[in-house]
Amino acid sequence: MSSETQQILTTDGIPLEVSLKKVERRNKFKAFLLVAPLLFFLLIVYISPIFGMLFNSIDDRMVTNALPKTYIAMEKWDGQDLPSEEVFEAFYIDFKKLMEEERDGKLSTQLNYEKNGFKSIIKKLRRKSKSFEEGNYKEQIMSVHERWGNVEYWRAIQRRAPAYSYSKYLKGVDMYENEDGKFVQVEEDRRIYKKLWVRTLKIAFYVTLFCFLMAYPIAHLLATLPMKYSNLLMICVLLPFWTSLLVRTASWMILLQQQGVVNDFLVWIGFVADNKRLEMMYNETGTYIAMTQILLPFMVLPLYSVMKTISPSLVRAGKSLGGTPFITFWKVYFPLTIPGIGAGSLLVFILAIGYYITPELVGGASGTLISNQIAYHMKYTLDWSFASAMGLMLLVGVLAVYWIYNKLVGIDNIKLG
Amino acid sequence: MALPKYTEPHYRIWHYTYLFICGCVFFFLIAPLFVIFPLSFNAEEFLVITDGMKRLDPDAFSLRWYKDMVYGTKNPWGLAAKNSFFIAIFATIGAVILGTVAALGLSSRYMPYKGIIMATLISPMIVPLIISGVAIFFFMAKAGLAATHTGIILAHIILGTPFVVITVTATLSGFDHSVTRAAASLGSNPVNTFMKITLPLILPGVISGALFAFVTSFDEVVIVLFLAGLDNTTIPIQMWTGLREQLSPTILSVATCLILLSTLVLVAAELLRRRSERIRGINR
Repeated sequence: MSSETQQILTTDGIPLEVSLKKVERRNKFKAFLLVAPLLFFLLIVYISPIFGMLFNSIDDRMVTNALPKTYIAMEKWDGQDLPSEEVFEAFYIDFKKLMEEERDGKLSTQLNYEKNGFKSIIKKLRRKSKSFEEGNYKEQIMSVHERWGNVEYWRAIQRRAPAYSYSKYLKGVDMYENEDGKFVQVEEDRRIYKKLWVRTLKIAFYVTLFCFLMAYPIAHLLATLPMKYSNLLMICVLLPFWTSLLVRTASWMILLQQQGVVNDFLVWIGFVADNKRLEMMYNETGTYIAMTQILLPFMVLPLYSVMKTISPSLVRAGKSLGGTPFITFWKVYFPLTIPGIGAGSLLVFILAIGYYITPELVGGASGTLISNQIAYHMKYTLDWSFASAMGLMLLVGVLAVYWIYNKLVGIDNIKLG
Repeated sequence: MALPKYTEPHYRIWHYTYLFICGCVFFFLIAPLFVIFPLSFNAEEFLVITDGMKRLDPDAFSLRWYKDMVYGTKNPWGLAAKNSFFIAIFATIGAVILGTVAALGLSSRYMPYKGIIMATLISPMIVPLIISGVAIFFFMAKAGLAATHTGIILAHIILGTPFVVITVTATLSGFDHSVTRAAASLGSNPVNTFMKITLPLILPGVISGALFAFVTSFDEVVIVLFLAGLDNTTIPIQMWTGLREQLSPTILSVATCLILLSTLVLVAAELLRRRSERIRGINR
């Protein structure tokens, strides 16, 4: 502030500028105070566990802590030939402790992720080790099963030495780090995850495309019809939107099964023979059909809300200037609907890429997505760190799409109902 | 949509093709819901339309699956319905309170870091459910809340708040803030102003947000699958188990009831939307 202008003071004698800033700060604080409960609730219960997944996915301390002496003894091992007696002895001592604490089962599961075949030889070791004599553990352990004499298995144990590892992420794209520290692909017949990622993207893409192709004409009709008809037709879009996802999936299961309504109809019109009914469920087809119908309202509603704002006189003007209906549609109407297309497509794509329920119920083996694999590892193999790793990889993909969505449409513009 | 008389024939054909395509899409959208009705009145144990039903033979229809749903001895639907309503009601209350208060803050023009905070508050809606499920499961397991109603209610509050935040911020976007200033100048305290002035005006938005939160909770399977124990079974969980194991017509009776419920919700949501549009129209 220059010395010539006189400072404006409030009645309290405080400079106005300071006083205004103070009020502004207080208002900011008040606004933040209102948001704070929800924000902190979400940060604690939701956001921090998601970051916790990041930790879970690289956390490998379970094996490291289970075999402390073994890993100390292994430091001197070059990894070429079988480890020395020292390592075997240390391993025996660690293993005995694990058996006493009944933690050997967890170890065998973990080591089995690293190399198949650990489960059975650890079970055998558990049984036989009770009658072990003191000294010469190398020979005694190797006599339990020939695989204990295979250097590959000891290398597998050594690979699990670091407390943190990114191996789960490599596994998620069918790769692993070999003995020389290079990333290599797993054998051809055991590559499953890459195929699953590709399938997830493919199904999400095609479902989005089908939704677009079907939603565009009906959104246009809804936006151009007089209110009293369009309100009635809108129910056809809104009723499925509000109906339980499981109810809609159930109805598709009834329709698509071999003795189902669709097959009955096709047989009745003579399209397929009675003994050659189509298999439309428990495969990819089922996933496509059911997901398209279930996600269709999410495409129709944003398209409709954009089309509603386009003045019909624009199309009339185009026609009066000599454009054929097709040209006017393509040059005038269609470009105006692009924001709606973008919003609807991204919304459907984001929802489709993480879909779980419908693929699990109607998808069978060939129609399941990456989410189904995550749930499988959470519930059945209990490889939670792998489930976390895959979940985070999926999340990064979704957030990338979300970021594009935000740039194009803005999250404030999400419309509901 | 009558065409003018001078329309050329090929446009006429194109127009009717267009209407036909639209008809097919509407049919595709709505028809699957209607297969459930007749089959839920099936007298047989199969999920196919029997010959008797095609002939409209009254013996082919019965209410046995509805009776089974209500009185069935081994049927868990009673407990499931109780749990579902209990969880959904409390989750809705939680989501509405947290979401409305947050929306009030977000709509203030003094709110700092609006973009990033909005993105955080909306995130449960964007993150795929399976990932939310895994993350929330880890948290609840650590907090000792797995397999409790409290855990599931907290999880559903997370899922419900984005809807409340979105609908209430939308209603507040047309809100005339001079009315609250007028109330304050007349000596009303902020809480009183909110209850007497702001809340009645934004009520349609709050209720429609509550409807979304309720339906989200009532229909949610993925997170409950991770969190629920035997005592926390809900209607969606029972349907999920039923659909995976054996499709019994009882499920279709439940489904019919759910469709009726969603029709009610739809009507309520439509009425609210119109009311809120009218209120915003007046304020503009």
